Amino acid sequence: MKKLIALLLALVMVMALAACGTSAPAETTAAAAAEGTTAAPAETEAAEAPAELIKVGIINNDPNESGYRTANDADLKRVFCEENGYDASFAYSLKNDEQIAAAQKFIQDEVDYLLLSAAGTSGWDTVLQDAQDAGIQVILFDRTIDADEGLYVASVVSDTYKEGQIAVDWLVEQGLEEYNVIHIQGVMGSSAQLGRSDALTKKCEEDENWNMVTQQTAEWNAENAQQIVQAVIDSGKEFNVIYAENDDMAKGAVAALDAAGITHGVDGDVIIMGFDCNKWALEEVLAGNWNFDGQCNPFQADTINEIIQGLEAGNAPAEKVIYLEETYFDAATITQEDVDTYGI
Amino acid sequence: MTKLETPTKKTLGTRMKELVRQQIFIPIAALLILVVFNLIVDPSFFAITLGQNNNGDPVLSGYLITILNNASELVILAIGMTLVTSASGGQDISVGATIAIAGSVMLRVLCGDQVRPETMQAPIIVAFLAGCVVAMLFGAFNGTLVAYFKIQPMVATLIMFTAGRSIAAWINNNTLPIVNDPVFAYFGNFIPGIPIPTPVFIAIACMIVIALVLKFTTLGLYTQSVGINSHSSRLNGIDPAFVKFLTYVILGLCVAVAALIKVSRISTINYSVIAKDIEMDAILAVALGGNALSGGKFNMAASILGAYVIQFLTTTLYKFNVASDALPAYKAVVVIILVVMSAPVVREKLSKLWKARKEAK
Amino acid sequence: MQEGAVLEMRGICKYFPGVKALQHVDFTLREGEIHALMGENGAGKSTLIKVLTGVYEKDGGEIYIKGHQKAVTIKSPQDAQNVGISTVYQEITLCPNLTVAENMYIGRTKGSFANWKQMNEGAAELLRALGIPASPTQQLGSCSIAVQQMVAIARAVDMDCKVLILDEPTSSLDEQEVAKLFTLMKDLRMKGVGIIFVTHFLDQVYEVCDRITVLRDGQLEGEYPIAQLPRVQLVSKMLGKELDDMASIRNDGEDKKMDTGTPVLEAKQLSSAAGIKPFDFSIRKGEVNGFTGLLGSGRSECVRAIFGADRKTSGTVSMDGKQVKINKPLDAMKLGIGYLPEDRKRDGIVGDLSVRDNIILALQVMKGFFKPISRAQAEAFADEYIKLLEIKTASSETPIKQLSGGNQQKVILARWLLTNPRYLILDEPTRGIDVGTKVEIQKLVLKLASEGKSVTFISSEIDEMLRTCSRLVVMRDRKVVGELTGEDLNQTKIMSTIAGGGN
Repeated sequence: MKKLIALLLALVMVMALAACGTSAPAETTAAAAAEGTTAAPAETEAAEAPAELIKVGIINNDPNESGYRTANDADLKRVFCEENGYDASFAYSLKNDEQIAAAQKFIQDEVDYLLLSAAGTSGWDTVLQDAQDAGIQVILFDRTIDADEGLYVASVVSDTYKEGQIAVDWLVEQGLEEYNVIHIQGVMGSSAQLGRSDALTKKCEEDENWNMVTQQTAEWNAENAQQIVQAVIDSGKEFNVIYAENDDMAKGAVAALDAAGITHGVDGDVIIMGFDCNKWALEEVLAGNWNFDGQCNPFQADTINEIIQGLEAGNAPAEKVIYLEETYFDAATITQEDVDTYGI
Repeated sequence: MTKLETPTKKTLGTRMKELVRQQIFIPIAALLILVVFNLIVDPSFFAITLGQNNNGDPVLSGYLITILNNASELVILAIGMTLVTSASGGQDISVGATIAIAGSVMLRVLCGDQVRPETMQAPIIVAFLAGCVVAMLFGAFNGTLVAYFKIQPMVATLIMFTAGRSIAAWINNNTLPIVNDPVFAYFGNFIPGIPIPTPVFIAIACMIVIALVLKFTTLGLYTQSVGINSHSSRLNGIDPAFVKFLTYVILGLCVAVAALIKVSRISTINYSVIAKDIEMDAILAVALGGNALSGGKFNMAASILGAYVIQFLTTTLYKFNVASDALPAYKAVVVIILVVMSAPVVREKLSKLWKARKEAK
Repeated sequence: MQEGAVLEMRGICKYFPGVKALQHVDFTLREGEIHALMGENGAGKSTLIKVLTGVYEKDGGEIYIKGHQKAVTIKSPQDAQNVGISTVYQEITLCPNLTVAENMYIGRTKGSFANWKQMNEGAAELLRALGIPASPTQQLGSCSIAVQQMVAIARAVDMDCKVLILDEPTSSLDEQEVAKLFTLMKDLRMKGVGIIFVTHFLDQVYEVCDRITVLRDGQLEGEYPIAQLPRVQLVSKMLGKELDDMASIRNDGEDKKMDTGTPVLEAKQLSSAAGIKPFDFSIRKGEVNGFTGLLGSGRSECVRAIFGADRKTSGTVSMDGKQVKINKPLDAMKLGIGYLPEDRKRDGIVGDLSVRDNIILALQVMKGFFKPISRAQAEAFADEYIKLLEIKTASSETPIKQLSGGNQQKVILARWLLTNPRYLILDEPTRGIDVGTKVEIQKLVLKLASEGKSVTFISSEIDEMLRTCSRLVVMRDRKVVGELTGEDLNQTKIMSTIAGGGN
């Protein structure tokens, strides 16, 4: 009897899966068809609207990953919509193989452009070659990959090395007598970690006045950052700078300082530095609790849009790698307007 | 710590032998090794100082306080995980994800529709109770799959393990709400005027509650009996499915309490990393307590002590600047040692060796 | 070595920490004989067998095997097999997910390739020769327990052994199957195989064995040709004391005044999901009755239906004339019914829990979730029953799984006695336990009845049933086929009713 029930359950699950598998694309195509039909009369009414929508497949990381990613995804959705002449499909995954599978599906769907923020840097050659053979133009955004440059038209990325350099330059300007730095790193090997760590690591090696009190990865996690800073405080070592590679970790670090009665921010004992320009983080900077927040610009959609429009008009982009403009915010100069404009 | 002193203070010899045979010996031995190691390397590890935090309130600090503080969530989860393990012979691997959900619910209730409200939109107790209800519902979901659909616990809870963090993000529309009210931060930090971190008190309260529950109900007997032999239990009038179900709901409650501490620590939430990998630590705590992961008999005190040992290990590793992404590797070593030590083959060999040594003397 | 001997064990010693399990035990097995190894639980039978099969290493003594000049050393079951000793254990040690043929040949094929066709043919032939109703390609798990047991014997026989050890092989077989097994054993005897037969069933010993060796407390009591050792003497040798004549346990029940009032429990047209045909049943105050029938005839299923252990599909149950609802065991328990299940290991004991917890379990469940029995009270209950039933255990803290079978059974019995039931169902309470305890349990049943409790007693040994029950419900093929009382309560009548067909 139990076996029977189990069998039934398994069957139902398989059927449900199969149903999902078959009905989901059917729905989207139906929906697309419906959109097509509703779009058609709209076209006749508004004659200026482009005759055909540009089909783009967008592969991104999971928007739940971070505030940065949420903002990035929202920005893409804002730009690549029907009003702007796009028929966009989105696929999300934090895993490379799932992303590759999604790319293959987009190729089969014959999209015009494939926009890709790769989860991992390698393993993309074959599928991008397939895309090229199918006449699909690939634009990388946010993250670069290890593949032949000829396989994509352009990559729109943040220069994380520059971000790190900006931050270190800013720190040098503060003119402290001695720099004792707690360096809290992101997930080791990620491009943001590599770039943001680079300048600081070099500076500490070169300059005798710059000491690395501890250099640890907190894997972008506030709690881990809190524990790392707590461990330094408990050990009684001196420090006056906390360089956290994202806002969450800076927040965790500050929580540890608050509990230990160590002042921070403007007029405090410890300089706090974060990255990503989350709105709440900029508010901390505005309030003087933090000193610095470096931007990692998630708003790539407009730049990508320009490239696509250029390609449609027959103009290839001037450069292969396009770096986004990025800035930083200092507690001394930040305004409420900055918070509202740049906060994500 | 007090747990440690009572057995060791008594006369050695026979007492010691008795202790070695007891289940709680495993976590005590592990703890002793860590303590001795730290004493030799750096005795200042055990220093505790009284200072002030940024609000001018007195606070205690030092590695020991850090350990007691940070172990709190783990201790609370270990309580529930022990019961689940005992009754269902498997573990719930979704506790990290359900902490994200419960935490998300609490923040959602506190913040209402706003992301950063100036004042809390609901009393904390309402938010906490809402979190409890939701966490217990998810516990009930897991429990139903395990108890009534007879799905293996790890497989059943894999569903929430995978989906939980997305659900947590969905509850708050993918935004990251932040609570500005300092009162909310009390639960994960300090209450003004009390120098001991609040999570320590919450953990102690949970220990007292579970001690009372085990004393004044038959929960312990029922879960063990179901875990050892569900057929016999049924013929003795126990409803094995319901007991299993109940343990998952209780774990849900533990999850909610742990979630309150977690979100209160930094007054916000990051869905993808909050309480990351905590399920493995909770399971490890149960194992370190010498409890069979295949269910049956359990020793709650040993599990709780196991949780403290794990945090002790974590903090020790942090102190020695071991990269936090390498921590799981060290814990894996501990797991391997534990598993090997508790394997019947090894135990037999060890007791033979022991005997041979004694005879040689 | 003695003439004609195929196996000789001399001065075997085996010590466990704190226990002298075997002290200078001699044992001789001759060619072509079936030799019963008898003794109470804990007398050392299993230890001797395990020494012989290499599970334990002996601490002293020698083992001689025919065809080997010197004493042989047996350090592993593999060694034992190599010198021609094969064993069939009480519990099936084969793999249920492999086929019958695979089980028969597993671990015996030379090289890493198996010739499946040849294997299946060989197996088929052997199965046919032994009259085992199984197909070589059938999954072993799909066979009945009895057939699985016989496959295990077939495997052992096929290994061309000189010494075959049968450790309680009949405890899960019904009588026809036992008869088949005995035929097989006699065949093997003709071929000169020496068979060591370990069993609790005295009847079987006298039916098939040539010689008996009795062990007591790890020592040799003696070796006797079967004709020189009548049953009563065998039992007294095993117990080491003169036994009350077992036949006199029950004063002829007829002189007792039967209560004729409303039955304590009455079931009408009861049937359950376990697949028994609807049956009627009743029991009165102070009555002992029983279900009898072949194994698998539905005896256990009937009492399980009464207790609510299987899902009820039809029928009504009333107690003292009032209809009651019993949907789950707890309902039955609350109405004062106790049930000692047939399968002690699976349904009875909670292995890792202490004797104490096992004793109070049922009472505790009846009291409810929020009223735990205090430690002191539980201790008192446990001590009381350990004393009352003479349960041999190191302490009430000892996990029940460390006790011998008979003592485990006493603990389960204590569990139900503690709930002070009005009606107690004992399903095979004497299976697999030693003779002394069997007698004690039978006496206890009669004592309970004399105190006004009602008891349903099920046993595979008809002798026991005849001694204790005043009424027998006879089952065949999951159907009640008769009820016997008074003069009809005799072996022949029962047999003929079980066999059916009007003879």
